[in-house]
Amino acid sequence: MRAGGTKTGLSYIDKNTPVHRLTGASKLLMVLFLSLSAMITFDTRLLAIIVVLSFILFVVSRVPLREMKMIAGFLVFILAMNTIITYLFAPEEGVRIYGTRTEIFHIIGRYYITQEQLFYQFNQTLKYLAILPLALIFFVTTEPSEFAASLNKIGVNYKIAYSVTLALRYIPTVMREYREISQAQQARGVDLSKNVKITTRVRGMVSIMFPLIITSIDRIDRIANAMELRSFGKNKTRTWYQSRPFKKVDYFVITLSALLIVAAIVMGIINGGRFLNPFV
Amino acid sequence: MQPIISFENFTFQYRAQKEPSLADINLSINQGEKVLIAGASGSGKSTLANCINGLIPFNHKGTASGSCKVNGVDTSKLSVFELSKIVGTVLQDTDGQFVGLTAGEDIAFSLENNCLPKEEMLPQVKTAACKTGIGDAFLDTSPFDLSGGQKQRVSMAGILVDDIQILLFDEPLASLDPSTGKNTIALIDKIRHDTSKTVIIIEHRLEDVLYRDVDRVVIMHDGRIVSDMPTAKLLSGSLLREHGLREPLYISAMRYAGIAPAEEHKLARIDQLTLSQGDKATIKNWYQNLPPAEAEQNQQELLRVSNLNFTYPSKDRTLQNISFTITRGEMTAIVGTNGAGKSTMAKLICGFEQLDSGKIELFGQDITEETIFNRAKHIGYVMQNPNQMICKPMIFDEVALGLVNQGIDEAEIKQRVEATLEICGLHPFRNWPVSALSYGQKKRVTIASVLVMNPEIIILDEPTAGQDYRHYTEIMEFLKALQAKGVTVLLITHDMHLMLEYAPRALVFSGGNLVADLPSATLLCDPVLSEKASLKETSLFHLAAECEIDDPAAFTRCFIEYERAKS
Repeated sequence: MRAGGTKTGLSYIDKNTPVHRLTGASKLLMVLFLSLSAMITFDTRLLAIIVVLSFILFVVSRVPLREMKMIAGFLVFILAMNTIITYLFAPEEGVRIYGTRTEIFHIIGRYYITQEQLFYQFNQTLKYLAILPLALIFFVTTEPSEFAASLNKIGVNYKIAYSVTLALRYIPTVMREYREISQAQQARGVDLSKNVKITTRVRGMVSIMFPLIITSIDRIDRIANAMELRSFGKNKTRTWYQSRPFKKVDYFVITLSALLIVAAIVMGIINGGRFLNPFV
Repeated sequence: MQPIISFENFTFQYRAQKEPSLADINLSINQGEKVLIAGASGSGKSTLANCINGLIPFNHKGTASGSCKVNGVDTSKLSVFELSKIVGTVLQDTDGQFVGLTAGEDIAFSLENNCLPKEEMLPQVKTAACKTGIGDAFLDTSPFDLSGGQKQRVSMAGILVDDIQILLFDEPLASLDPSTGKNTIALIDKIRHDTSKTVIIIEHRLEDVLYRDVDRVVIMHDGRIVSDMPTAKLLSGSLLREHGLREPLYISAMRYAGIAPAEEHKLARIDQLTLSQGDKATIKNWYQNLPPAEAEQNQQELLRVSNLNFTYPSKDRTLQNISFTITRGEMTAIVGTNGAGKSTMAKLICGFEQLDSGKIELFGQDITEETIFNRAKHIGYVMQNPNQMICKPMIFDEVALGLVNQGIDEAEIKQRVEATLEICGLHPFRNWPVSALSYGQKKRVTIASVLVMNPEIIILDEPTAGQDYRHYTEIMEFLKALQAKGVTVLLITHDMHLMLEYAPRALVFSGGNLVADLPSATLLCDPVLSEKASLKETSLFHLAAECEIDDPAAFTRCFIEYERAKS
């Protein structure tokens, strides 16, 4: 889908970088392994390593920041919300985890700023900073048609994996149909603007969704026949036009990211838990 | 020689149907033959195709008796997958059957499912793409950047990658414009000559398929085979008309002139038609004795578009400096290639999109700034697929929707809806659920739901797409009756018969410009302009030239008038 992709910033951008050259499957495994290790550990040193790795990958894959503005803004917003909500609901979580209490100052009621809470939330933020760029990198550097092949390669059933391709293939069609139906219904007085009551808007949505669902069911039926007439579902496995053979660098990347999971577990044993405790 | 396909006393009844959809089918097709299976909607021709490719009995359940053999084996003993190695099917929906994210991926689909190693795929994909004229450059192209004709070529390549023996085309012309359709027929013929595969085409647009040689035509009617004979023999008889199919226009013209079409005329293809000097004189004479076609009388101006400019949201295309007027009570065709701007023009008139500059006036009043809903009280818009418009389970509610949204009181709604249903011939069904209606009746419901607003103009997008001759005539006669009541009709269409018979005037869009505004008959007798609009010239044009008639457009108009007066 070199052309015609969506404009959200989450679509493939064709470039020739070492990250682009990795196969989809090894990229998917790398993202999964790195994310998993970042999820397991709260060890600041290890998290810092993963964050640095993921920022290096980000730079190497030459993700154009300008096109990422919208999605990056969104992620920063989520991160900020998450930090605030964590504090509002669990202002003493750090204290509970680290077992000490070093107050810095008091805000109001039960809300204190403590060193432990700051440290805990700092680690939490690191986790997000490690994982989020990785996911972005995967989407931006993997051709959509390689998605399905990669999912299948890491063990997902190909019938399920292929549904990813089908979704990417037909979502734009359904979106165009939605727009057309909505225009024709507006001509019949269906009002979806903010000027009308919420109940009227919901009723309006129904009069667009109803035909959209009917025509989509028709389409699914036709697609299913077309696929079956070309042997989809015949065998237990299938091969992929878009798949590429693993090279040395693929094995290297997978091994390295798997090692980070091992490191996360080892650090857990050394630290006597998921948390590195500088307060004792 | 053993036939590659043979039906013997074959009968099939879908599980949900009361009557068999196929009855007593006896048919055999030999290796290398090219056969056209024609018939009206509901004649059973698609069911027959599904029996050959195995969708029946494997996906569509029902009861069958008799035998249906492909390659000497009863299809019920094979599977869809085994059959797909013998029979390659190209379906009519060019977009729906494109399942890959690039052309190359789509062509490789069957190879992938048969677990061919990746390295072996690429050369096979390239060879298949080459056979259907898709260049290597297109292999990485996404379906969103391919035209309908190109997608169809990809689908053909997608079945040619397998070494199949039978190519089965299910209504290959249904979603194409006439010019692209003509290329498709030529391509099918080329593939057949290059590969000597058996070709079966299911289609009701006979004249268009006969652009290239066909060995035999099988006609189906009510689930039975009513005729199975060589093309030329069929055309000299009257079977086509009896079974709701359209006879090629040049043959009708010969009949009207008093020539009995016979095999020695080489009727199957217009470019091979052989007429004696006497025949030519007879036709010319017939034409000269016809009253000249009436010129249109000028009427009150209804809609005026002046100096309209529009840039698409994607910014890569524009409509430039469009001006035209529509007079009250006329029926006009808007034609042109896909993407030439005809649908966009309709959307601008309806207010779905906003123009950059220019003016749209209705009855001399500027409506450029009016909302969609306010315009809808004067301008109705009917989408191509009725399922895209219908949103209420009951017919009455569906037609009433626009009025309910206007806040009109119940008594008036009831009265207006019933009156509209009466006009549309739907009154007996007013309390039925929409789902009980046929496709054509649903189409009428959508027209009714627009008409109930009492618009002065209705715009219809491809009103006859996918309709056979009988349903097509039904819809168009209905629109003509509306026109007689004073409703102005604008039709976005690729259908040449529709233009010739119903829409005297055509607006031709090409590359975002209005390139011509002229009588339809003149357009279809102009090969260059027709090509520009993705149409093709009518066979009457060739007949007129053959008979040395100076004004083919006038000949065409007279023919249409004569035919109309006759029926």
